[in-house]
Amino acid sequence: MKKFIATLILSIFLNNNLNALIEVDITRGNLDPLPIAVSPLHVDIKSEKIEGLEVRVLGEKISEIIEKNFKNTGLFNPLQKDAFVQKPDIAHLKPRFEDWRLIKAQALITGKILVKDNKLKVEFRLWDLTAAQEMIALAFTTTPSNWRRVAHIISDKIYERLTGEEGYFDTRIIYVAESGPKNQRVKKLAIMDQDGKNTKYLTLGNELVLTPRFNPTNQMVTYMSYFRNMPRVYLLDIETGTQEIVGNFPGMTFAPRFSPDGKKIIMSFAKDGNSDIYTMELDSRLVERITEHSSIDTSPSFSPDGKFIAFNSDRSGLQQIYVMRSDGSNVKRITFGKGIYGTPVWSPRGDLIAFTKMHKGKFFIGVMRTDGTGERLLTENYYQEAPSWSPNGRVLVFYRETKAGDKGKGFSAKLWSIDITGYNERKLPTKTDASDPSWSSLLSK
Amino acid sequence: MKLEKNLKNILLIFFTTLILSACSTAKKTGDIDGDVYTGKETVEYLASGVPDRVFFATNKSSLTSASRATLRKQATFLRKNKNLNVTIEGHADERGTREYNLALGERRANAAKDYLMTYGISGKRISVISYGKEKPVNPKSSPIAWSQNRRSVTVKVN
Repeated sequence: MKKFIATLILSIFLNNNLNALIEVDITRGNLDPLPIAVSPLHVDIKSEKIEGLEVRVLGEKISEIIEKNFKNTGLFNPLQKDAFVQKPDIAHLKPRFEDWRLIKAQALITGKILVKDNKLKVEFRLWDLTAAQEMIALAFTTTPSNWRRVAHIISDKIYERLTGEEGYFDTRIIYVAESGPKNQRVKKLAIMDQDGKNTKYLTLGNELVLTPRFNPTNQMVTYMSYFRNMPRVYLLDIETGTQEIVGNFPGMTFAPRFSPDGKKIIMSFAKDGNSDIYTMELDSRLVERITEHSSIDTSPSFSPDGKFIAFNSDRSGLQQIYVMRSDGSNVKRITFGKGIYGTPVWSPRGDLIAFTKMHKGKFFIGVMRTDGTGERLLTENYYQEAPSWSPNGRVLVFYRETKAGDKGKGFSAKLWSIDITGYNERKLPTKTDASDPSWSSLLSK
Repeated sequence: MKLEKNLKNILLIFFTTLILSACSTAKKTGDIDGDVYTGKETVEYLASGVPDRVFFATNKSSLTSASRATLRKQATFLRKNKNLNVTIEGHADERGTREYNLALGERRANAAKDYLMTYGISGKRISVISYGKEKPVNPKSSPIAWSQNRRSVTVKVN
């Protein structure tokens, strides 16, 4: 990953036109998505052949990924390519704005690639067709095998220009891949690109693994494993594959997450029937006890400034969400609605907490302000839980399980996402059944 | 006057008892009492007449009188087999969040362990492990299946 960032030479020619007209409002559900034309990127005829890569159609493939990314946001409507009115190379130089407007496009993406000396050179432009202006022109160079990420980076830059918010396309999701019958599930850690491609398995499935979560730089993962039948929190370096147990606890540790600076892991430790919240500093191995209560305290999540911790506890009788200072002081219950509440996760923007709510035999994913007010339930189902935020705090990914019949028939677990507006609910493509998703931050900023 | 009031109270208590018992018989459908499984379908035996598991109500880890009777049989069995060690596995049903269920399973397993210890079984002979909702014995999504899955199971180690 580091290597990639090093070879990625971003040269930005931001054309900050103050009178550009197109803007996409992502704070509301968008029922009128912006019509956008994504021209295939023109492949320079000087491009060289590369083994295992069809350079000739690479420009088309990149544009297809961009289209898919945009379509999945629900905010854009990529137009059919057969209606396009200009060849890619000519449009890239200067679009005939009035012709593109005829097919009802409001924005146009054009680009050009050159594969030479085992390098992929990319440039692209975003055009505001109504104002007849260029909105972005950007060029960068990377290794040809990174061509999918090129598409995601272009998507992020354009999304950012049009919505005013960071994108979330050049990201990955780590999750638990599931297979086998419901009462003998095999679970492996898996990682994939946000669009479901490039799936890799990080464990073999010999032991039960649960709840993987990224650190802020996306190079480390903390998760729970039943290795040697000892349920403990582990730390995994994704690049080297080295794993280590976190701390030396005489009992089960679980529900791990990183602190926002990546220096600590916060988790629960269960002993003699009581679960409390602890942190361990990774460098010094210093363990600190954060809660001390005879109830179950678990699912801790730091606020992005590191000053507060949200968690769930059954100290009032049933599971509810609490917020405290990061030293464990000033514990306040924030959920008082009907039903029981769990899995609080602080938004990366700091303004909201996502949660799972259980009420009258149904499971809901929702968001609320950090003081518990303004609860909004986004989706209701038979079983769903464990929301994780997109890095821009606009989308949640979670997992959903179906009802099972006799002998577990009809059971499945899948990843789903939904915008915090409550719109755009969709199933993520995974190779196997899947649960416990964790969304990375942007891989290249 | 006072007597009349007392009589009224007694009658009131009498009727309440009637209603309550009617409720509990109404709830006792098949193998569930209230919310706790009382059947034998999934039960295995450590020895003849010594069931290996006890069942719990939703989100609860308290032992019912039937559970305590089972655990007393396990304690007697363990006292007779002094070299035997056990692991108590705590489980939850699928209707809770994963992390909370891990904690709940641990609490259930410890409830069983603590009870065995009050009957003289050394804590050193008993280890506990929670599987949360990860290892259902009955994979069906039904109230009976969930009640069978809310359990702690005593397993021989050696």
